[in-house]
Amino acid sequence: MAQDSASRILTTAVFATGALFAVGFLLPNWMLFTATKAVGYGLVALGIVVLMRSGLVSFGQGLVYCIGAYTSGLVASRAGITDVFVLLIIGGAASTLVGLVVAPLIARYRSIFFAMLTLALSMVLYGVLVKQNWIGGSDGFNVPSPTFLGWAPELWAADMALYGVAVLVAAIAATLCRFYFQSMPGLVAQAVRENELRVEYLGTSVFRITVRNFVIAAGLGGIGGTLNGLTLGHVDPLFSFWTTSGEFVFISILAGHVSVVAVFFASFALELVRSFSNRYFPDTWQFMLGAFLLAVILFLPNGLGSLWDEIRKRFGRDTKAKPGSTAPVSDAPGKLAERKEPAE
Amino acid sequence: MTDTPVLQARGLNKSFGAVVAAADINVDVPTGERLSLIGANGAGKTTFVNLVTGYLKPDTGDILLEGRSIARRNPRQITQMGVCRSFQIPQLCEGMTPRQNLLVAVGASRPTFSFFRPVGAEGAGEQVTELLDRFGIAAYADRPVSELPGGVRKLLDIAMALVRHPKVLLLDEPTSGVSSEEKFGLMDTVMAAVSNEPVTVLFVEHDMDIVTRYADRILAFYAGEIIADDKPDEVLSDVRVQRYVTGTAK
Repeated sequence: MAQDSASRILTTAVFATGALFAVGFLLPNWMLFTATKAVGYGLVALGIVVLMRSGLVSFGQGLVYCIGAYTSGLVASRAGITDVFVLLIIGGAASTLVGLVVAPLIARYRSIFFAMLTLALSMVLYGVLVKQNWIGGSDGFNVPSPTFLGWAPELWAADMALYGVAVLVAAIAATLCRFYFQSMPGLVAQAVRENELRVEYLGTSVFRITVRNFVIAAGLGGIGGTLNGLTLGHVDPLFSFWTTSGEFVFISILAGHVSVVAVFFASFALELVRSFSNRYFPDTWQFMLGAFLLAVILFLPNGLGSLWDEIRKRFGRDTKAKPGSTAPVSDAPGKLAERKEPAE
Repeated sequence: MTDTPVLQARGLNKSFGAVVAAADINVDVPTGERLSLIGANGAGKTTFVNLVTGYLKPDTGDILLEGRSIARRNPRQITQMGVCRSFQIPQLCEGMTPRQNLLVAVGASRPTFSFFRPVGAEGAGEQVTELLDRFGIAAYADRPVSELPGGVRKLLDIAMALVRHPKVLLLDEPTSGVSSEEKFGLMDTVMAAVSNEPVTVLFVEHDMDIVTRYADRILAFYAGEIIADDKPDEVLSDVRVQRYVTGTAK
């Protein structure tokens, strides 16, 4: 049973990666760029989803996003190491380290206090970076094009290669998060959102769970930042600005915390809405985004990730609870269908 | 079998400003005993439970679990050492089902669970099913907790506390909020569920019929002090208990 579940997840991940990579050959250049950037954003938002499942929202993921982008960007531009895989590891590791330092300081705070602390830290980094003229100050600096295990493609091939790496990284991150979410530690982390007091009185440290989730989110943020630094070919302090962090929260809310795949769909949807709105409604595109988010909140309060459950419910397909399912009942309407009423 | 009581309170004092919630509390609780804590509201019963479980720290005095001090430890550490509790208002994960709640309890009790194996693996599913059966709540296993009757919520809360196979189980008013017809059934279920465990049970209770039927011994509290500590018949016939606790003094 457990092996079935694991192999199903892995098979889905492999097929989805292959399919998305193949789709890349059909996409126009601008959309390759948009999709790669969306994956970068999606990775950071996936980190927020990890936090959201235990009841916390970070308004300052720009901090780790920026750390990842700057560290890998500096390594690429100053040390000349341009291999995409090495840079992703370096960016992810740098942000993970920052997460390890920051997490114990903020893990005791909750709700708006946690959110504002993370926001404050990201803005501190922004304030520091704009003063650092040796790395471009407020203008930032350019990041050289990445190489791929020694291969240095150009033009379309470079975009396609980076898109392929983004798809691969997204698949790995989503798969690992999926495993985590449906594991026992993942369920206990979810219980923190429901009732911290109970979790403590069951003998588990809520503090430790929060630190763990923040560090995971930091690592994902760093990888996302590295990917987008390489995609854009430029990093600047705006990576750490509050509006950037706000976009990550936007994506997370849009996606909800039910599905790991939905995060990337939400990110891609945001990029598309932004691109088209920017072009056709240049003065009101934020309004369009707001309306889009409102529609999702009204009709899919658990985010795009709950769409599948909603469709099944609407068309009468039972989404009956499986023993040990990690989806909270509140997230899976229709679970009670066909259930035998207990004897009173 | 050791002669050391599983739980000992030594000179416990706790005050909240001018209000004395615990005044020189000294108690020895032998292994396996069913001990009931009685007293009017504000007498110090829940304070005693909160001191034992680490929610409150005593001003002075000590609490020993099998001879080891637990008075300065936090609730999580005390739980890990083997003192678990249920609550007057059941502390459940409302957005989950009873099965998921118990899986959470199992997951929290074993830090060795893999991140790469699904919920219910490594024997957790079987353990949960056994607990659901033992507490007679299997029929409710996959219903939302928010829809459960009060008695089932109480049983689930207690079942979660029992997952760790604690040495001491503290039940804070296990029958409060439960209809009078259901109270004895609930207590029968709880006592049957713990009968095969080497657990000492302390329960706070206001219903003297429940106390008489299920307790081996009673501690009667008044104004933070223990005014009687004996077998049920002895305690309930004590004049001070009748005056300050049961209100049956002539």
